Amino acid sequence: MSAELRRVGAIVWKDLTAERRTKANFNAVVFLAGLILLLFGFAIGPDGQTMELIAGGVLWLTVLFSGVLSFNRSYEQELENGALEMLLLYPGDRRSIFVGKLLANLLFVLLVEVVMVPLAAVLYDLPLWQHIGPLSLVLFLGTTGFVTLGTFYAAMASRLRAREVMLPLLLFPMLVPLLVGAVQATGGILNGDLMGSTASWLRLLVVFDVIFFVAALFAFEHVIED
Amino acid sequence: MALAGVARRFGRRWVLRGVDLVVQPGQVVVLTGRNGSGKTTLLRLVASLIRPSRGAIRVFGHDTVREGANVRPLVGILAHNAGIYDDLTAGENLIFSLRMAGQSARGAPISETLERVGLASFEFERVRGFSAGMRRRLGLARLLLRPPRLLLLDEPYASFDQDGIDLVNEFAVHTRSQGGTVLLSTHDLARAAGIPDWRAHIADGLISEVPLEDRFRRPAGGLA
Repeated sequence: MSAELRRVGAIVWKDLTAERRTKANFNAVVFLAGLILLLFGFAIGPDGQTMELIAGGVLWLTVLFSGVLSFNRSYEQELENGALEMLLLYPGDRRSIFVGKLLANLLFVLLVEVVMVPLAAVLYDLPLWQHIGPLSLVLFLGTTGFVTLGTFYAAMASRLRAREVMLPLLLFPMLVPLLVGAVQATGGILNGDLMGSTASWLRLLVVFDVIFFVAALFAFEHVIED
Repeated sequence: MALAGVARRFGRRWVLRGVDLVVQPGQVVVLTGRNGSGKTTLLRLVASLIRPSRGAIRVFGHDTVREGANVRPLVGILAHNAGIYDDLTAGENLIFSLRMAGQSARGAPISETLERVGLASFEFERVRGFSAGMRRRLGLARLLLRPPRLLLLDEPYASFDQDGIDLVNEFAVHTRSQGGTVLLSTHDLARAAGIPDWRAHIADGLISEVPLEDRFRRPAGGLA
């Protein structure tokens, strides 16, 4: 195994091991996601047609609002006991830290979605099992882009005093194209692709993921340094 | 290790204002200065953790800004914060540090290293319950597992009992004997007695060599 892959694996293993032991972050994020879904349900009311129409938007806003909590936590454990400085002192390419964090966050958010999406399907009466394949693809592509930018901006915000506030302020405006693409693709899958545009939205998600992954990879070293 | 005209500011405050310092391989230099004089900043600059606002630093021939990736494998630091993870066990923290260094943890002397620092019986315990001294010992174990050529010790005696202090000093002497360089920042010269070759003092953002009293100096012609 190459040294860089070993470093990426070490970060993923360390982050997930710490999370598995405490479960504090996972429980909080899942609970928040459930709460947001419920609140949207109350706000929309019992109109089934409206619920179906906006279910895609509600689903993605829930992913965004709850997922953002996990990014802060991802760097919080590095700031405790000065671990971030030690992490930066290890030999090798610092981009492996970014890739490791990204993979750990991606696994974490996907795991949250495994709980959250069936819950949304029950609350909003969505035909989840009919469209599980295409829906999983949209969730994966959308989540990858979200986690890529989230991991990058959390690294940037980790140096700031008000990082909990700054992270959503920095992150959410950048996610607008991804949010539009993911909501449209999800809506197309759940409500029937009348205009045949779902494939275009999926392509947008792929392009978004690739562009921001490459950009974040090269900019990471500059934002993580003090 | 060579610093030429190194200055560093945080906001409007210049912590270092033009430091020139050369330390040869096989030397231990003790760095003294008042609180806030810039000792920790100097160590972080040398470790390539931060960039100088002015000037240049070379470590074993490598520029810390342009060739940081070449500097980092040579440097080890024992700092105020041990930089270890509370939710991993002591053994897992060492395994993580080896993997991050690009090495395989298989067959690594994890238990033996923990035994050297007196943490053998805590290998499988989570660090969350460790005292400050135990955390520092674990930080030291990480260095022992992957000995650096340039050892940076930032107030290394804090939280250590006499046994821990001896461990730190033995490691500093060992690093020197292997041709490495040691930069030791401390308020407590007495605890480093017999270790340093010379003393550098920081005041007003500048560094100067000051005489080291004989009782603190390394005995001539031999290791402490």
